[in-house]
Amino acid sequence: MRADPRALRFGAAITTLVLVSVLVTESAWLLAAQAAVFALGVVRRSPYVMLFKAFVKSAPKETEDARPPRFAQLVGLVFAVAGLVGFLTGIVPLALAATAAALLAAFLNAAFGFCLGCEMYLLIRRLLPAANMEVSQ
Amino acid sequence: MSGLWVALATLALGAVIGVVHLRRGGRMRDVGGERLPERPSGRLPGGLSRRLQERPSGALPERLSKADLGEGLGERATLVQFSTAFCQPCRATRRILADVSTLVPGVSHVEIDAESRLDLVRRLDIMRTPTVLVLDAAGTVVKRASGQPRKADVLAAVADALPPA
Repeated sequence: MRADPRALRFGAAITTLVLVSVLVTESAWLLAAQAAVFALGVVRRSPYVMLFKAFVKSAPKETEDARPPRFAQLVGLVFAVAGLVGFLTGIVPLALAATAAALLAAFLNAAFGFCLGCEMYLLIRRLLPAANMEVSQ
Repeated sequence: MSGLWVALATLALGAVIGVVHLRRGGRMRDVGGERLPERPSGRLPGGLSRRLQERPSGALPERLSKADLGEGLGERATLVQFSTAFCQPCRATRRILADVSTLVPGVSHVEIDAESRLDLVRRLDIMRTPTVLVLDAAGTVVKRASGQPRKADVLAAVADALPPA
């Protein structure tokens, strides 16, 4: 599976704007919507990417492996869910910290093309050797 | 209101991380004992300069064998690349290293899937992919770069690793 890196970066830019809005308004609903977008991104149905493709018809100069950005969307989803738990239980610092973590990753991707979720993958693998054995069998 | 400050602080942190990442990623660093250049000790406070000197030169240079790599060492030098499927710059790095290994005779390029070789990843303390190691003819790690290196830097590192003609 190949992905258009321009669409992914556009998606990261929208995600950045949405997550900044979540922090400023402290709106659990907005974060829930972004969590849904992350979940759709994991199954390659990101509405942001679809929006990009609706307007930009040209073919990308280079495509990339679709698995890394999917993994990054999953990381985003985990943080968004943690943030939602924070909002719903009234633990606002948890909500803000988790949203900020997702914002950091989205901003690095949008502004620098640097995929934090992808880079974390090997570190997580190093910490969880058991998980590695399950997959490799 | 505190959310606004969290947002601003996060964006500022992201900008710093991004710039540092752009500037430092892929730079070739010296590895190992005697090849390391002397640290300037005079200008730093005693404890700090001692720590700086101890850390790199205290560690023995790592040496990789045919058994570690799964294939033979290059005749004069070997470029070892650690990759994962979850790594976008790994493909560009592969092209660069393949180019260098065809350009410079006696240099081979070995790509290792980090996930299936976590033993090596831990032993060499590999934190991210791609990480590129430059081995000399004996398999000793003399340079390493984490992040996508530039071709000119790889060529210079290989030139350093080659035995004197």
